[in-house]
Amino acid sequence: MLTNPLTKNISKENTAADITQYLDNDGYQGWRKAHSMVPDDIINLVKDGGLRGRGGAGFNTGLKWSFVPRGEGSPEQKFVVCNADEMEPGTFKDRLLMERDPHLLLEGMAIAAYAIGASIGYIFIRGEYHLAAERLERAIEEAKSQGLIGKNIFDSDFSLEIFVHRSAGNYICGEETALLNALEGQRAIPRAKPPFPQVSGLWGKPTVVNNVETFCNIPHLVAYGVDWYRGLGVGQDAGSKIFGVSGKVKNPGTWELPMGTPIREIIEQYAGGMRDGLRLKGFLPGGGSTDFLGPDHLDLPMDYDVIGKAGSRMGTGTIIVLDDKTCPIGLVLNLTQFFARESCGWCTPCRDGLPWIVKVLQRIESGEGLPEDLELLHEQCKRIAPGKTFCALAPGAAEPIQSSLKLFEQDYIDHIKKGCCPYK
Amino acid sequence: MSSVLEPELIEVMEQSNKDPEELSETLTDEEKREIDEEASHYEGKSSVGLEALRIVQKYRGWISDGSLQAIANYLDMPVAQLESVATYFQLIFRQPVGKEVILLCKSASCWVMGCDQLQKHISQSLQIEPGQTTKDGIFTLLEAPCLGDCDKAPVLMLGEEMYRNLDESAIDALIDKKKQIHADKSSH
Ligand SMILES: Cc1cc2nc3c(=O)[nH]c(=O)nc-3n(C[C@H](O)[C@H](O)[C@H](O)COP(=O)(O)O)c2cc1C
Ligand code: SF4
Ligand code: FES
Repeated sequence: MLTNPLTKNISKENTAADITQYLDNDGYQGWRKAHSMVPDDIINLVKDGGLRGRGGAGFNTGLKWSFVPRGEGSPEQKFVVCNADEMEPGTFKDRLLMERDPHLLLEGMAIAAYAIGASIGYIFIRGEYHLAAERLERAIEEAKSQGLIGKNIFDSDFSLEIFVHRSAGNYICGEETALLNALEGQRAIPRAKPPFPQVSGLWGKPTVVNNVETFCNIPHLVAYGVDWYRGLGVGQDAGSKIFGVSGKVKNPGTWELPMGTPIREIIEQYAGGMRDGLRLKGFLPGGGSTDFLGPDHLDLPMDYDVIGKAGSRMGTGTIIVLDDKTCPIGLVLNLTQFFARESCGWCTPCRDGLPWIVKVLQRIESGEGLPEDLELLHEQCKRIAPGKTFCALAPGAAEPIQSSLKLFEQDYIDHIKKGCCPYK
Repeated sequence: MSSVLEPELIEVMEQSNKDPEELSETLTDEEKREIDEEASHYEGKSSVGLEALRIVQKYRGWISDGSLQAIANYLDMPVAQLESVATYFQLIFRQPVGKEVILLCKSASCWVMGCDQLQKHISQSLQIEPGQTTKDGIFTLLEAPCLGDCDKAPVLMLGEEMYRNLDESAIDALIDKKKQIHADKSSH
């Protein structure tokens, strides 16, 4: 049975599977099957499959879809939106899927649109992903020419248009409500929740926003069913996942592996372990807004709840490795500078708090830190904790900082005591 | 009458009192056609502000006050509303940029792999800091957020091309190649 549904069409060459190759390899079978089903049954199937969103938060996808009002009296116009902003530092999986197998994303979006009754879909893609946007646009034309999307699909009364929306660079646009504002042509600041987008989203209409990789899971889940899909995972969570490793390992890259694959296997076997002469000091398991874990955590399986219990998050499943010759405070400073710059500025703890933390980290890194700075950093992290700000950008920014204070406390103390960065 | 206002501010205020039409440039038929095409994908003309900015920037390199006004007029929206979108996005340029915009990734994985050093190297060889343009108007250097190619760090983007697994010599070769292309162009 198929074990790599997400990457089965992806070859080493940097080419995209075109519609002929895609169809020859059982493409759009999931869409054909879904179209013969009742929408409620598709939603239940996705829910029972246990697919959790691959954009970072890991929410059950079918459950999310089920919140869309349906039937009598619900708004007729609904939207399905693909979040292809992918700007989280250290995250590089959606690009691969869109560039190499654009039809897989379109097929997933078509099934989602049909399940919730949406007739328009948007792919919100970051402005730097030119190749992916072009290949998606071409794939949309191809799919239309085969009657797979467009008007009266499979001779039914269901129609679906999909458009590519190119953004122009801003991390906050990836936050789903900010993304909706951006799509409406406004400044991309987050919206208050509730109401959730599933009820009142784009132009006030019910809208489902999912990540690229999430949509890419749908076609095969529908085609092969819940048991097969659940069986792909080797731990608690269902399905397969594109994991990635960057940093000073021998073979950085991406691999489609079962959910629940142990971290050690990903870093040592697939990424080839650390480069010669370096030791693993810590890692961010799922992008720049997750908490550091240490060598003690290497045997944990990559499952949402397990990584959560260990004090971090699966996030996007792309691991950033920190070696023992690279300054952890420098890395945290770099991350915090990113989040401070990308803040939308709506709420004070984030707008003012992050630049303050940057200043404190800068003075520690440059050897002018004070002993009381550590307490100050702890204090600041509390002020941008979940619930203290309007959206999850600031709490996400706090994660690498607060975990570094625990895991690399000695490094902070050394910087302050020695009055310089010991790594330089 | 003496004024406590800075001369620059007076100028700005005088400008803003002018008839908007007077400040505006005109959009070309091609630009209008592309904007209309995009607008057909969204509800309401003002939704297409960012696309319109992108389209005009594609032809003119950057968004001047005149272009901004022209787009706002065309989309029937207040120029301040369009400006609030224009200034929000890093890839919309409200100042002139060079013919080649270098987006050097400065995020986590590229930092671990030494992007700071590369930035210094580029700055030294082009004699510009991030945010600046070379005297000959060819290169602008910008620091970019993670470009989604972290396993091939350090990386940069130039035009629509990604350049991966960079080191100083790869960067020198790239800069030389681009310089050559522009020298050839200007000698014709
Ligand atoms: C600051 C911020 C940036 C985000 N960026 C992205 C992103 O680039 N891509 C993405 O899929 N989700 C991103 N998210 C998560 C989205 O808000 C949302 O949870 C996700 O798109 C839902 O899709 P999923 O359920 O399929 O994961 C971001 C969240 C925050 C707070
Ligand atoms: S937490 Fe930051 S990014 Fe989110 S709404 Fe507040 S200021 Fe904006
Ligand atoms: S950190 Fe540079 S490409 Fe991701």
